[in-house]
Amino acid sequence: MSRFTDFGNDLYTGNRSINFIGRRKVFYVVAMLMVAAAALLPFAKPFNLGIEFKGGSEFRVSGSAVIGQQPATDAVNSIVSSGDPRVSNVGTDSIRVQTAQLSPTQSESVRQALATAYKVPASSVSSSFVGAEWGQDITSKAVNGLIWFLVLATVLMALYFRTLKMSAAAILALIHDLIITAGVYGALGFEVTPAAVIGFLTILGYSLYDTVVVFDKIRENTFEVEFSESRTFAEQVNLAVNQTLVRSINTSVVAVLPVAAILFIGAIVFGAGTLRDISLALFIGIIVGTYSTIFIAAPLYSNLRESEPKYKKAAAKVLAARA
Amino acid sequence: MSANGVVKGARKRLLWLVALILGFVALIGGGALNGIVGASFVPQLALDLQGGTQIILTPQLTTTHKTVSEETLNQAVAIIRDRVNASGVSEAQVTTSGNSNIVVSIPGKPDDNTLELIKASAKLEFRAVLAASAGSSSSVGGANGATPSASATPASAPIATSAAAPDPSNPSDLNYVSKALQSEYEALDCSTAKKKPGVSADPTKPLVTCSTDKTEKYILSKVEIDGTDISDASSGTVTTSTGASTNEWAVNLSFNPAGSEKFSKTTSRLYPLSSPLNRFAITLDDLVITAPQTNAVISNGSAQITGNFTSVSAKTLSDQLKYGSLPIGFNVQSQDNISATLGSEQLSNGLLAGLIGLILVVIYSVFQYRGLAIVTIGSLVVAAVLTYLLIALLSWRQGYRLSLSGVAGLIVAIGITADSFIVFFERVRDELRDGRPLSAAVEAGWSRAIRTIIVSDGVSLLAASTLYVLTVGSVRGFAFTLGLTTIVDLAVVVLFTRPMLQILATLKFFASGHPWSGFDAKALGAVEYVGRGQFRARDEAASTKLKKSSREAERRQTIAERKAAEIAENNEKAGK
Repeated sequence: MSRFTDFGNDLYTGNRSINFIGRRKVFYVVAMLMVAAAALLPFAKPFNLGIEFKGGSEFRVSGSAVIGQQPATDAVNSIVSSGDPRVSNVGTDSIRVQTAQLSPTQSESVRQALATAYKVPASSVSSSFVGAEWGQDITSKAVNGLIWFLVLATVLMALYFRTLKMSAAAILALIHDLIITAGVYGALGFEVTPAAVIGFLTILGYSLYDTVVVFDKIRENTFEVEFSESRTFAEQVNLAVNQTLVRSINTSVVAVLPVAAILFIGAIVFGAGTLRDISLALFIGIIVGTYSTIFIAAPLYSNLRESEPKYKKAAAKVLAARA
Repeated sequence: MSANGVVKGARKRLLWLVALILGFVALIGGGALNGIVGASFVPQLALDLQGGTQIILTPQLTTTHKTVSEETLNQAVAIIRDRVNASGVSEAQVTTSGNSNIVVSIPGKPDDNTLELIKASAKLEFRAVLAASAGSSSSVGGANGATPSASATPASAPIATSAAAPDPSNPSDLNYVSKALQSEYEALDCSTAKKKPGVSADPTKPLVTCSTDKTEKYILSKVEIDGTDISDASSGTVTTSTGASTNEWAVNLSFNPAGSEKFSKTTSRLYPLSSPLNRFAITLDDLVITAPQTNAVISNGSAQITGNFTSVSAKTLSDQLKYGSLPIGFNVQSQDNISATLGSEQLSNGLLAGLIGLILVVIYSVFQYRGLAIVTIGSLVVAAVLTYLLIALLSWRQGYRLSLSGVAGLIVAIGITADSFIVFFERVRDELRDGRPLSAAVEAGWSRAIRTIIVSDGVSLLAASTLYVLTVGSVRGFAFTLGLTTIVDLAVVVLFTRPMLQILATLKFFASGHPWSGFDAKALGAVEYVGRGQFRARDEAASTKLKKSSREAERRQTIAERKAAEIAENNEKAGK
């Protein structure tokens, strides 16, 4: 059969083993550098928040015979390049155009441009301000929900795995994923829309899910490892990561394929705006989420546990027998 | 369990799945055939994909309240958002516009109750009744109703006291009724009176007002309890003291501790009084919804409001009360259709791209799992069918609307659904590597995989329910989708993936480990099967690991399983 299967076999038996745990210092340094970069980036290049968060200017063209949306987009883009207009039809003969907050002069120019584009007198185009649809109250409720979720997930994992250390490692890896996903998203200069925020939340679920699957194998492998004469705690953790590696690769490929198709085919070839935001967030997040389980969460857990006296004693015995 | 028993069990589970799907189809189909509004096999789409109605609200400004502050407006936005989203996951959008307007965009067309839910201030107050009489003499007097004022003084009207009356000692003290109040009361004709918009009565002063159905007018004392003391509100039908339920709809209120105490104090004061002083009025935006007599001292902090409610109006009022009253009432300035904020081509492009992604998933799983790809693809198809039916059902029953972020959530769910059977397959392969025959490997692999699947899905469900309860708007919509797909994932892996694998394991193509079956024992690296426990010679490192994990597996075996394993082992020893 395929060489990939052989690879899987060797990982399972331990014939071939990738030493994730042994090289963890390198991964930690890489992770810290990436997190630091992602966390500092917004200071150099602030997030480009959409009008759903900041509010903006709103224009309303009424009594127009043309009701297409493209003229509005073109008209706005001819005045402000980064206006990112949201255009919708209201009623039968009105067009609503929302843009980022414009200066009074820009606003006047857009009004004129819209009037020309829709062949109506300038008096038929009204302009006003629109408030943030995703207001402070939604944000604070979402943050509140998140904090509760993290607390409850920590408790649930601690109950299931019978150790708080797995929860700690999983949550740290999760924070790593979120910061890096947000950082990469911001670095690419994409507008932050509600859809992108939903993407981040999806990643939160996915990342934790992925970690729990691998941790369940670690739990199984390290059960009574203190009585093992041939393997140390760290080695058993490493074996578990290796044994689930084929699963991790398969799952992330299956999860990322549809997202990648939407991102690359959908958004770049067809040019779908909102889909681009959410699929980009998901694309980065799935990859980082899978990576962090293997390279951050598992080594961290090993770090937290292996220094416990019973494991330390067992490991010393194993190493002595080997020498 | 014998091989035959396993297959029987597997068939049974598949039948359950078929029954489940048919049940959903019948439920929706039945609803659609009977013409129930909303019952349809096509799920409703959210604002961003389908458009809806844009309602512009302007505050009811008065001579005393000429402007509305930004803070008041933001407060109103938050309350309106809670109210419109209370009845489901419609992902309505609420935002401020200009200096004083609020724009509410909701999918579909709003009915009167929805409009009321959005714009009414819903200020609820409890006041003691000082006087009550028929709302207008015209409705009583019949033919000679043209002269309303003369005969309006009812028998129960209090004797007007002088303007310089002593200060009232308690809210039921008739000293509250000044001469001016008495004449205002006498002049009031509920059939013609119109409440001035936006003016709310001073809660510390008595109030002359009508009931909402205009049949009775009242002099009410100062406010004793108001809506802020309500901790929860719900709607339901009234049950009689014998427990039988009636057709009368009511709004049930629960007070917070402070409210309970006030309510208990009020009812114990009113209880010994005689009519009409033993009545208390519940007013909504200064109109009396109901003014019941106090039949008992109520100290448990709950109250029930009845009075000409329908199921819908009771729900509207309970939603209004639950999320608090608006700081100011609003008028509907305009109500227009609004097109989808995302072009329809965005959805179709997205779906097309998603389809291409799915085809890639199929190709990848054939490459990875060979013949097993049938199960992979089958599981995804079953998951898709179940999810679709559930969305259609919930869009009818719960007002769920599929938005673009919902679609994205569904696409990510492909990964999580696929993961469940990837975990399962890999576990089965691990068991094969340990030298078990396929059908035994499927059972052993399952008992380990299901643990992992349940705990990882449990975390997802936890995320979904926490976010659903605590958040609003599109975050809530997302949480709903996540929870839905997680439950579907569990159902599919238990009712489809596992039984399919159990049945396939009995087929020669798979059981013999055909190179294209995905379960080729040789390719998986297992030595020829020589009996349980003997493959250990192959690899020392693996054996130690196995001892550990099989010890745990043993711990988890049931007694029956352990006995069966012992017998199998003995047979193998005997056979050698």
